[in-house]
Amino acid sequence: MRNLTALDTATASIPSGIGQKIPHESAERHVAGSALYVDDIREPQGLMYAAVIRSAIAKGKITRLDLTPVLHAPGVVTLLTLDDIPGITDIGPVFPGDPILTSDMIAYAGQPIAVVAARTERQARQAARLAVIEYAKEPPQLDAEAAVAAGELVRPSHQMQIGEDIDLALSNAPIRLEGKMNVGGQEHLYLEGQVSMAVPCEEGGMLIYTSSQHPSEVQKLVAEVLHIPFNRVTVDMRRMGGGFGGKETQAAPWACLAALVAKKIQKPVKLRLPRVDDMVMTGKRHPFVNHYRIGTDEQGRFLAADITVIGNGGHSPDLTDAIVDRAMFHADNAYFLSNARIQGHRARTNTVSHTAFRGFGGPQGMMIIERAMDDIARRLGCDTLEIRKRNLYQAERDVTPYHQDVDYAPLHQIIETLEESSQYWLRRAAIRDWNANSPILKKGLALTPVKFGISFTVQHLNQAGALIHLYTDGSVQVNHGGTEMGQGLHTKVAQIVAQCLGISCENILITATRTDKVPNTSPTAASSGTDLNGKAAEQAALILKQRLSDYLAQTLAINVEQLRFADGRIWWTETDSKCFAEVVQDAYLARVPLSATGYYKTPKIWYDRTQAKGRPFFYFAMGAAVSEVLVDTLTGEYRLLQTDILHDVGQSLNPAIDIGQIEGGFIQGMGWLTTEELVWNPDGILLSNSPATYKIPAISDAPPIFNVALYEQPNPEATIYHSKAVGEPPFMLAISVWSALRDAISSLSDYRISPDLDTPATPERVLTAINALRFAAKEAE
Amino acid sequence: MQFILNQEELTVENFAPDTTLLEYLRTQLMHRGSKEGCASGDCGACTLVVADPSPNGLTYRTVNSCITYLGSLEGRQVITVEGLSSSTGELHPVQQAMVDHHASQCGFCTPGFVMSLFSLYKQREQLTQQERLTREEINEHLGGNLCRCTGYRPIIDAALSLSTQPDAFTEQTQSIREALLTLQASAQTNVPQPSLTPSSAFFHSPTQLSELIEWLEAHPDARLVAGGTDLALDTTQQLKDIPKLIYTGKVAELKRIEVTDDSLILGAAVTYQECHAQMKTHFPPLAALFVRLGSQQIRNQGTLGGNIANASPIGDTPPVLLALDAELRLVSPEGQQTLPIKDFFTGYRQTCLPKAGILESIRIPLLDPADFFRVYKISKRLDDDISAVCFALRIRLDAKGCISDARLGLGGMAATPARALHAEQALLGQAFTLEGIQAAQHALTQDFSPLTDVRASAQYRLEVAANLLTRAVHEYLTGTSLEVSHYA
Repeated sequence: MRNLTALDTATASIPSGIGQKIPHESAERHVAGSALYVDDIREPQGLMYAAVIRSAIAKGKITRLDLTPVLHAPGVVTLLTLDDIPGITDIGPVFPGDPILTSDMIAYAGQPIAVVAARTERQARQAARLAVIEYAKEPPQLDAEAAVAAGELVRPSHQMQIGEDIDLALSNAPIRLEGKMNVGGQEHLYLEGQVSMAVPCEEGGMLIYTSSQHPSEVQKLVAEVLHIPFNRVTVDMRRMGGGFGGKETQAAPWACLAALVAKKIQKPVKLRLPRVDDMVMTGKRHPFVNHYRIGTDEQGRFLAADITVIGNGGHSPDLTDAIVDRAMFHADNAYFLSNARIQGHRARTNTVSHTAFRGFGGPQGMMIIERAMDDIARRLGCDTLEIRKRNLYQAERDVTPYHQDVDYAPLHQIIETLEESSQYWLRRAAIRDWNANSPILKKGLALTPVKFGISFTVQHLNQAGALIHLYTDGSVQVNHGGTEMGQGLHTKVAQIVAQCLGISCENILITATRTDKVPNTSPTAASSGTDLNGKAAEQAALILKQRLSDYLAQTLAINVEQLRFADGRIWWTETDSKCFAEVVQDAYLARVPLSATGYYKTPKIWYDRTQAKGRPFFYFAMGAAVSEVLVDTLTGEYRLLQTDILHDVGQSLNPAIDIGQIEGGFIQGMGWLTTEELVWNPDGILLSNSPATYKIPAISDAPPIFNVALYEQPNPEATIYHSKAVGEPPFMLAISVWSALRDAISSLSDYRISPDLDTPATPERVLTAINALRFAAKEAE
Repeated sequence: MQFILNQEELTVENFAPDTTLLEYLRTQLMHRGSKEGCASGDCGACTLVVADPSPNGLTYRTVNSCITYLGSLEGRQVITVEGLSSSTGELHPVQQAMVDHHASQCGFCTPGFVMSLFSLYKQREQLTQQERLTREEINEHLGGNLCRCTGYRPIIDAALSLSTQPDAFTEQTQSIREALLTLQASAQTNVPQPSLTPSSAFFHSPTQLSELIEWLEAHPDARLVAGGTDLALDTTQQLKDIPKLIYTGKVAELKRIEVTDDSLILGAAVTYQECHAQMKTHFPPLAALFVRLGSQQIRNQGTLGGNIANASPIGDTPPVLLALDAELRLVSPEGQQTLPIKDFFTGYRQTCLPKAGILESIRIPLLDPADFFRVYKISKRLDDDISAVCFALRIRLDAKGCISDARLGLGGMAATPARALHAEQALLGQAFTLEGIQAAQHALTQDFSPLTDVRASAQYRLEVAANLLTRAVHEYLTGTSLEVSHYA
């Protein structure tokens, strides 16, 4: 450009670097309704709407498929079936097994069979219902344990072990316990359902707007189904209305189908799933069946553990391999297991393919050991907290079953602080008194810790890229491989760049995640968004900072080390400075490149799966929660009265956002363990298929007393500003609610019996547990 | 059809009668601030505010725009999230509070929360200048807005922080009110005759009962729509086209609320919200149930008449009205009749409503001071959930402390809401004690063979129904509530 813009060089910059509680970058647009989601983007001329024709049965074969009535319905412009697909037809993200459409075999209810496109969304959806499909039905496999017994697995089983002879150690243990429990799955219920819009471009290419946590995978799969090179496909992803793992792999099918129809009719196509279709056709958190046999000494300390987890993978592998691995990696939670054997099976059943969901198997794995803690305490007549503390990782007892060392100090500090701040022991005594005087309503209390491993367990995913442009008015555009789903990633990345360049976040715009800006990105998952992309953005910012510094130092004939970037200015003495934008303009005129890419890969991690040994996690995020509940022994209804949380986020990049993640994760975890019940009928049809029948927490479910604090010790590892990942770990703090429910029920036996309580612990399951415990107590007399 | 959208008067011509407000805003006007989360009134992402003239100003009520028919907005003001900020982009205080408290994460539910908070803000301004909002009021008002990200704490804090200052809408109240009254008057002068209307499709809003009956007679294939909170699901979930709709919301006779010496009389088109105050005065346990019936958005739209005439086995008011011996007045071209509500339900979603007839009003006898009356709702979630069991009990004790009269109305236990006649019989003459109810508890298995479904098992329903009798006895004897929701 020939003429540079005039600058206001006097404006002071608002502090918005790391550690500041600045609002979400889109907060003002969220509240004004001007933040655009895929369905809000103004449709291009000539756009057609697609709807999916899906299987009504869970297992069998299509014997007749007549789509003529669909084609003849008002407004219909085309149909897409398997034969129309030019490229690959199996879009399994890691392993094969996910046919994009089926024309013969049915593996689950809701499986896509064909796609119809019409002039309006309603016409497309109405037409989709006119398909005439006849099936030869077969009985579906819906039982994960039976599937494993029959060898029906989506992936081979895996085992990890520490210690030598587990069976011997078990049989020598003075105290032995065993148990089994069902841990339910969970529907993501992101408020924005799955949606994609495909716009054909020149060179046979395709521009995809999608609500996806993994734009690069959408790009790859769209290119593969269209049979075109990856460079012809661009994926644009500004924001999601929630993801939680549900848009990691399972956003891709809808993008691929939209692209295939768009290619066929050479018109833009939008495919948005109605809520019921979304709930029926996309995978959920894996339901698990867990077994354990444990042995402890007289103090309740583990001597041996034999744990088996069975993840219900649904009809295909999807991410099940890694999810069951993560359940196994977290079967110890915060406790040293001494001699342990942990087996994981991946059952194949006739449901939709279960997928990533906040915690990625970790929560399901942790449930076993937290259950065991309660059971040991009841057996020994100790407080559950006492048993938990005895078993924590500690000196000499600090190696996980996969042979990674644990830095256990924060766990102890967190629990001790929380014990004090929540007045655990005072309340414990008060609750015993209260229960003694309350025949119908009973209170329960529990403190549970969380230790969660941070890093993708698939090593190559632990990398990220970023791209930063400085413009000659001093404004900065940042792009990186992470996606914004509400977690505040873009806000934190902007803060990191602002910190590096000494400018305000107001001067920084984070633009839509796009595969043509930063390529070959990893999914925004595993809580890794900020750890990876924040580091990559920091590196790009540091490169630009270096270039500006070199240039300025040269013109001023000073040392680079003298320069300080702060308050929107660059300082070379305490009093002499130049406005950041002015330096950028000068640098431009001096032909200094003002754009840079950054890259990061996580150090230190490795894992040898054949040996089940290594350091899969760069570090652990930790926390603990105390929850108090009130249970009605006549109906099983309950309320959460109070929760106190202390959670480890390292040095917080943005305490407001971190607290938001902790509170939100906790409540979502509470929903998983209490009211969120997935119900399939014996034919494999999902009955809980809408928010009318599937109940996520609502506002009254947030406890009236909810104290959340940050344990703000810098991460000893060299993470971005020594922060810690926060997306998933707090989810598992909700186990305290489940344990408190068990505590309240156990009070009916004067804390002698540990009740079975499968999850979700709906009022009905709580009442069933109460009845069973009363029966057992009577038997024991 | 004319209405006011934010500040602008709009005339809509030639719309499909079953067009929803949300569909119209998003696809015709390209107002995309309001989101579709479920299209079934269960998530609140599409929440908008509708303002209606009140005697002195305007009432502001939230609705789920996804299940609100456009035609029902004639002569009303619709306020959307786009209309809240000033023309210069300055945020409304409720929007600013949401920003200040970090109350949005993904932001998709946020416009709905903002609108619910806005209606709360406006109601508060009318009520009091001093009092702080309570957590209960906030729960009651926002229970129909789901957020999957925040865990609600910052939203609650945003609500608690709301000031009572007049906002930009305050000064426009009178001018909007005048404009709405003018629109309503002009709508009334242009009433089409049923025979003159094209027979293919219409959304008609009669203003008199006789007119309503005429239209029903002329169009036996038309659907009657009151709040529409259930019927609209045929449109958005079943994808049925409903070309002929007759709206009850403007019929004066159907909107009456009357208290006589011995009864509360409610027109069938009275919404839950409209009669809430009367319920609080005369039937406190029923008013408490209302807070858990649907959501605020649903209670603003849904009507008592709709809940009864719909004859769903899981509607929450029929069990209670059964226990209260309510009477229904039915009107049809053949005339009118009054019958006890227990005779109204004839089968699964079947009633004895005559052809072209409607439920006109409900008469609820006021409680005797000697009546012990309780209503319990059992569901997985406290807010906005459908009952697994809805249980209403009304007993009267004689001078000797024996039960002289007993009514047990239950929902979720059979194909229709029903009284537990065997159990009622077994209570007569008994003391209201744990021993005295035992026979009645056993008799419940004679009265009901409930189903197992997505909400609960048959076994649980039966057990809980019996246990709720136990709860009632404890509450009667101790005078304290045993509902866990009263403790948190």
